[in-house]
Amino acid sequence: MTELLERIDIEHEAIAEPLTKVAIVVSKGSLEGIYPALILANGARMEGIEADLFFTFFGLDAIRKDRQAKIRVATVGNPGMHIPTLVGVIPGMSWLATKMMAGKMDELDIPPIGEFLELIHDSGGGIYACHASVEMFDLEPDDFVPQVDGILTVGEFYERSAGAQVVFT
Amino acid sequence: MTTIEITRRALARDPEGFLVDSGEWTPEIAVEIAQESGIAELTPRHWQVVEFMRERYLETGTAPSIRSLGKESGVPIKELYQLFPKGPAKLAAKIGGIPKPRGCI
Repeated sequence: MTELLERIDIEHEAIAEPLTKVAIVVSKGSLEGIYPALILANGARMEGIEADLFFTFFGLDAIRKDRQAKIRVATVGNPGMHIPTLVGVIPGMSWLATKMMAGKMDELDIPPIGEFLELIHDSGGGIYACHASVEMFDLEPDDFVPQVDGILTVGEFYERSAGAQVVFT
Repeated sequence: MTTIEITRRALARDPEGFLVDSGEWTPEIAVEIAQESGIAELTPRHWQVVEFMRERYLETGTAPSIRSLGKESGVPIKELYQLFPKGPAKLAAKIGGIPKPRGCI
């Protein structure tokens, strides 16, 4: 028995250093593409881990004033929804599925995207837009919600992310 | 003359330092856990958060989320992180002698 306990101790010593910093890249504009990143970023801050969110391509919708409230769950091309594709294309399906999920999320105290970004921002998490995507979609700094800390080139993103674990969603 | 002898006793804690029995908690223990967590002094604002966490836990059986902590404790999110830089919900729970919050939000 003693031997077993000693061996467990040795295994504990081999555990790597705890995470101190994460940089999360959000490339998708669907509800299921955005929420996991927000939950990860907020969860990191809750553990005292530094966190940055970097929105690129359609992920930018999450921080666009005109699109933020229109984020929907994908009902087509999303086998996880278990809705036949021909049903998924019916107008309003995506809206309905989003509304149902939003109700459940509110029950679980998961905030809507706008409030969630505010929470992460106030927690000290960084919120950035990708420069290349901003140019591609012809956007201006004014198109983004006020929680956005800046527009970064990929080089600046890597510079900011020194020492961080980079997560791509 | 009578005297009161306050003896220090060992309290059971989990590997992360959370009290195993929230009933054993006293404000003195809070001060000590705070110091060991890098908070040299518990200000009235710290206490406001710690007491809110503890009361909410004792009432409902679960610690509040960071969202409701920011909305209902009377201390906004920004200040929560200034008071408890290593994670407000987690640290306030530890200092308040209640289990580590299990929620993801």
